[in-house]
Amino acid sequence: MRPSAVRLLNILVPIKRAVDYAVKIRVNPEQTGIDLNVKHSMNPFDEIAVEEAIRIRERLKDAVKSIKVVTIGPPKSAETLRTALAMGADSAIHVEIPESAPAPEPLGVAKTLKALIERQKEGVDVVILGKQAIDDDAGQTGQMLAGLMGWSQATFASKVEVDPEQKIANITREIDGGLEELRCKFPVIITTDLRQVHLHVSTKPRYASLPNIMKAKKKPVEKLTAAEIGVDLTPRLETIKVTEPPKRVGGGKVASVDELLARLKEAGVTGKRA
Amino acid sequence: MLRLHNSIRPAFRSRRWAHNIPSFSHLNTVNEEDLAHFSSILAPTSILSTLPSISTPADDIAPYNVDWMGKYHGQANSVLRPRTTQQVSEIVKYCAQRKIGIVPQGGNTGLVGGGISLQKEIVLSLGAMNNVRSFDPVSGILVADAGCILQSLSEHIAPHNHIMPLDLGAKGSCQIGGNISTNAGGLRLLRYGSLHGTVLGLEVVLPDGTILDQLSTLRKDNTGYDLKQLFIGGEGTLGIVTGVSILTPPAPQATNNIFLALPHFDNVLPLFQIVKRQLGEIMSAFEYIDRTAYDMGLQHGLGPLLSADEAGGSQCFVLVETSGGNQDHDLEKLNNLLESLLTADEPLINTGVLSQSPTQFNSIWALREGLTECVQKEGKPYKYDVSVPLADFQKVVDAVRERMISKGLYGDHAISKVMGYGHVGDGNLHLNVIAKHGYRPELEAALEPFIYEIVADRKGSVSAEHGIGSMKRDALHYSKSDVSIDWMRKIKQVFDPLNIMNPGKVIP
Repeated sequence: MRPSAVRLLNILVPIKRAVDYAVKIRVNPEQTGIDLNVKHSMNPFDEIAVEEAIRIRERLKDAVKSIKVVTIGPPKSAETLRTALAMGADSAIHVEIPESAPAPEPLGVAKTLKALIERQKEGVDVVILGKQAIDDDAGQTGQMLAGLMGWSQATFASKVEVDPEQKIANITREIDGGLEELRCKFPVIITTDLRQVHLHVSTKPRYASLPNIMKAKKKPVEKLTAAEIGVDLTPRLETIKVTEPPKRVGGGKVASVDELLARLKEAGVTGKRA
Repeated sequence: MLRLHNSIRPAFRSRRWAHNIPSFSHLNTVNEEDLAHFSSILAPTSILSTLPSISTPADDIAPYNVDWMGKYHGQANSVLRPRTTQQVSEIVKYCAQRKIGIVPQGGNTGLVGGGISLQKEIVLSLGAMNNVRSFDPVSGILVADAGCILQSLSEHIAPHNHIMPLDLGAKGSCQIGGNISTNAGGLRLLRYGSLHGTVLGLEVVLPDGTILDQLSTLRKDNTGYDLKQLFIGGEGTLGIVTGVSILTPPAPQATNNIFLALPHFDNVLPLFQIVKRQLGEIMSAFEYIDRTAYDMGLQHGLGPLLSADEAGGSQCFVLVETSGGNQDHDLEKLNNLLESLLTADEPLINTGVLSQSPTQFNSIWALREGLTECVQKEGKPYKYDVSVPLADFQKVVDAVRERMISKGLYGDHAISKVMGYGHVGDGNLHLNVIAKHGYRPELEAALEPFIYEIVADRKGSVSAEHGIGSMKRDALHYSKSDVSIDWMRKIKQVFDPLNIMNPGKVIP
């Protein structure tokens, strides 16, 4: 099936539409979740994943055959796909769920991605996705997908170097207290951290330029449903209650040290002799 | 190039350009006795003074004596921070009796030295008067103390889905009373008009200590002379604004912005026309940034919105903002506009970006709003805020640069950058001239009155939105006739016969 002469890379980038991080989050009156009637945009970690994929193409040129983005979400998620296409992805898959459906959980998402990978005639060599989504902060999808596929995994990547000839990826990971370098065999799942290093310089995801936004309108978007690819996205977890953290209570001013001591005593704070 | 000298009107050529030092012989300096009296009006923490009885550390009083650019240095030995209008009234009454000059000061973010004492005046800071008095979410009318910070007011009314009718880079520090006293313009003027329209009423302490209470919440009130208009842009020379009633518009439900790269300045005007026509009522800002300013922004970590390849040889950039009630409707209009711009036979733009998220929306604005701070980091800026016909924006900037080159003052040894940015929609150009190693008299002499002459020659205004203060007092005549200035003097005389209220400012 796969071309044997020249190795060509196929990259898959799963992305998620989330409440924009600049938006102030409010719990809904029923306390079942948050107010979703606010501005959404691409999960910032996924934006970095898209940027990483495009940079790999900029480095390797024609060796990258395709960059495909995929999202699982309500009809409005199509906007997020268009943004990724405008940034430079080639094509997209939208697994559409009804507007009213509950948000899929990481395992459901990982199973969907597995099914999609298996549907790709050309195969998938590298999956790059954000290390977590800023709405549920689960941070599990990449690892679950690697487990389901039995593929290499490199999480929290800050630097990605891909060698299509050798079929390996060299990844630098952000870990506690330093950096860790990994060498992974293809196929590989990479999850991206916030910092992205290229040629020793941290870079930010690019803006979609106007000509590219126009071009993105003509790029193909394949629409599927969970039923069509045979996965069940029904949540396994039940959300019991969502509440806001307790409000901070303002402090008071005291006029003298004596008053401070009196107030501390009142509050039940007692000194200890050394 | 501008042909300046052969077209300058004779009146300007014959007039002598000189900075006249205003006389303060009629005023008294604040002494210990005065402080004792102020202590009977104000709490001890509301009085700052370097005089022995209070002996505030110099560091604490310094911020009141220097503007944020570090260009104007005041001489005030005392600062008062009243909390109520009544206290302001009593202070002013006493100062009138003792003939002590008063400089009202808001957030001290002014750019023309209007809030800095010239000699021995006392500084009256409104910063401690910072309570919102009322807000009516139905009419959108906000009544607040003069010392409320613009951004705090925005935050106060945001939960009620209203926004302040004005917005400017200094919003985190500037105060509404100062905004009104200087008739600040800013980024939303194109959409919501000037403060002369949105301010419904004012509470002002007059130079004899009388409280003029016109804190009306009526949208329509044609009963005689509209006195409040005199204090909007009066720069504290006719009285101290202590309270404000202002009409706030409902918050737009959908906002978008685009950042466009233009091959040439000549394209700005045709672009402005097309954008205005196609976006119609949803256009809320049309801002201009020249290449020098854009490159400077990049050097200081703003953006980059475009890659170096995309920006290419673009000579200038335009930021367009839309505010409307329906995101789908607004996006459709924007997309149609962009499509027509990109597919035109002779495109007016090279490229551009459309914000894809609130975060990108903010970053695009940050590039425009952050320029003021970048300018500050580059050196000491001479800032000229002028109104000129749109077609002359770039010519004015170029003329100033040419002049600096011809005088041998252009380069890292003197003037390192000359740049322009501003509000195309309002015909308002911010001309920034950066003196890399600080302000020097010969640099100022090369710039002034040259710039004022070009502006006057173009029938522009020497101060579009920054006011006159002490910086442009002697340039007022470039934009106002002798008759106008004469009547300004008469008005000043009526309100402030003792000349104690912000003396030496505005009126030459």
